[in-house]
Amino acid sequence: MREIRYLEALSEALREEMRRDPRVVVIGEDIRHSLRGMTKGILQEFGPNRIFDTPISEAGFTGLATGAAMAGMRPVVEFQINALLFLAFDQLVDQALKLRYMMGGQGKVPVTYILPASGARPGLAGQHADHPYPLLLHMGMKAAMPSTPRDAKGLFTAALRDDDPVMIFAPAALGGTRGPVPEGDFVIQLGQAEVKRKGNDMTIVAVGPLVPAALKVAEELAGDGISAEVVDPRSLLPIDHETIVGSVRKTGRVVIFDDSNRTCGFAAELAAIIADEAFESLRAPVKRVTRADVPVPFSPPLENYVLPTRDKLLAKCRALAKA
Amino acid sequence: MLRPVAKGVKAMEKATLLSLYRTMRLIRRFEERIVELINRNEIPGVTHEYVGEEAVATGVCSVLRPDDVITSTHRGHGHILAKGGQPRRMIAELMGRESGYNRGRGGSMHIADLSLGIYGANGIVGAGAPIACGAAFAAKLNGKDRVAVAFFGDGATNQGVVHEAMNLAAIWSLPVIFVCENNGYAISASIKEMATIERLSDRARGYGMPGEWVDGMDVLAVRGAAEKAVAHARRGEGPTFLECRTYRFVGHFTAERALNIRYRGDEEIAEWRKRDPVETFPAWLEREGIATAAETEGVRREVEGALEDAIAFARASPFPQGEEALDGMYATSYPNLPARGV
Ligand SMILES: Cc1ncc(C[n+]2csc(CCOP(=O)(O)OP(=O)(O)O)c2C)c(N)n1
Ligand SMILES: [Mg+2]
Repeated sequence: MREIRYLEALSEALREEMRRDPRVVVIGEDIRHSLRGMTKGILQEFGPNRIFDTPISEAGFTGLATGAAMAGMRPVVEFQINALLFLAFDQLVDQALKLRYMMGGQGKVPVTYILPASGARPGLAGQHADHPYPLLLHMGMKAAMPSTPRDAKGLFTAALRDDDPVMIFAPAALGGTRGPVPEGDFVIQLGQAEVKRKGNDMTIVAVGPLVPAALKVAEELAGDGISAEVVDPRSLLPIDHETIVGSVRKTGRVVIFDDSNRTCGFAAELAAIIADEAFESLRAPVKRVTRADVPVPFSPPLENYVLPTRDKLLAKCRALAKA
Repeated sequence: MLRPVAKGVKAMEKATLLSLYRTMRLIRRFEERIVELINRNEIPGVTHEYVGEEAVATGVCSVLRPDDVITSTHRGHGHILAKGGQPRRMIAELMGRESGYNRGRGGSMHIADLSLGIYGANGIVGAGAPIACGAAFAAKLNGKDRVAVAFFGDGATNQGVVHEAMNLAAIWSLPVIFVCENNGYAISASIKEMATIERLSDRARGYGMPGEWVDGMDVLAVRGAAEKAVAHARRGEGPTFLECRTYRFVGHFTAERALNIRYRGDEEIAEWRKRDPVETFPAWLEREGIATAAETEGVRREVEGALEDAIAFARASPFPQGEEALDGMYATSYPNLPARGV
């Protein structure tokens, strides 16, 4: 199969959907010139009535997308940086997400939000490096975080065809990675985790940008004689309980490797699910390697201390293997 | 007092004039009946009554088509009735019944009927403004001449998202009418303390759109100004900001009296009450010989009957079942969604 980059896979998913469905329009900051690389060529191919550069008005254009979706469009909203979600939070969760329910099931709000540079990038410090997906999941927003170019195309396409608001977190750290991606129509339904490497002694549940690091750790553990299974949830909400819990039932040990904050983070939710549904299979406590609850600091040694890293995962897995 | 009668008003059809009165009277009596039902614990919670402001929703919505869109506010009953909302389904919603507009999921602050272009009352001040822009954006992209009206209060004009929405509507020339209902207060906060300008409509100029000010106690003046703004929008000439100066005769919400807070004097309220559109308008119709006393009385009787019927309908409607509370959240469903609490 041909190989393309992660960002190209997102871009391809979007362009293919735009060709299929004239209701899809893209809205965001600096997207005609494709600052983030995902909307390259859209203006040229589809013209100015399908792609709109907005003022720096996150709450405003998020709300506009909601109204347009209620009126029959299928807007795609690109957020330039993670922290912009905070500015649009009312429009995301109190409006887009809640309206259908509060209206007693009338209408629908098919908006896809995409963050093509989510998570940390070196040297960007506290306001450009959050990975705040748990906030949205907490409120019931569907979300996915693909870790490969293939998953990026499949999950983004699923989001574009979903009739509810869905947020795609596309980690900056993965944007340049290459991998095989099917050509043409290709969908990965939400709610389907994937076992990215098979193993028997322990489970590593690795999320988004941490999946490649988890695979490397599994490789190192193999050298120690430890067989680690790597499970990628892919879809953050809905969560695929069966695949994640099934792996833990088999291995009896689990480390959750997640790039969101510790407290009430995504790893906390997975740990609760595992404790609830696989307690009798556990041979050791559920362990987490996550971010610390501080803003991501600027200086490299500080940043390294705060973020979940491969070294921390390796140490945690080795300790767990002995537990 | 009513302002001098605008030219051409007399030529307006009598039926139209009587229907403006009917809508205002319906809103007034709807709110009064709702307060009774709240006091009798037949409606949970509190509502924000539109008493005193009836001429605004009535005048604006009288020039809208069924396919035009409105976004409303926490004080939404008047907008919804004026846009054609059915009292039966509104009161059923307020009583938390399955037959309510929102099947009991929304209550007063969320009543919506998408088939009438009512994109919902809203519990968050100012939040409807960008949503109205979205409906207008869709209309424009699809080549339809539908317009969208965003209703909001004086307090909402200090919300960032309202300014973002005004600018978006202006730069993209969207068919939106921003109807600011300036009743002088945001709960207890006087607009005089929260803005330095006398006319909020002056802000429109900063966005490059027309800003109009109108007496919001005069239903014909509101209608005339709205007609102009709507025509402007339908012609594809973009948004208008329409400030309607009005007043609420009652507390911010049903429970205000019990709080015993005083931020305005009785005299001020009494002055404004003299201009009550629900009283002055029918008196004018009679004085001008447009309608007889018997005809305006007929409107009142008909409104009472409609509300009696609506209350009876709501009372007879079943409540939703508790276990249905997880339905309706998502249009595309998946296993494990929504997560349950137990
Ligand atoms: C964003 C936001 N802040 C505060 C509130 C609480 N609140 C509800 S109504 C209101 C006053 C709104 O005043 P205005 O916009 O003038 O509308 P009015 O009540 O006068 O119709 C406030 C502060 C809210 N619902 N939303
Ligand atoms: Mg006010």
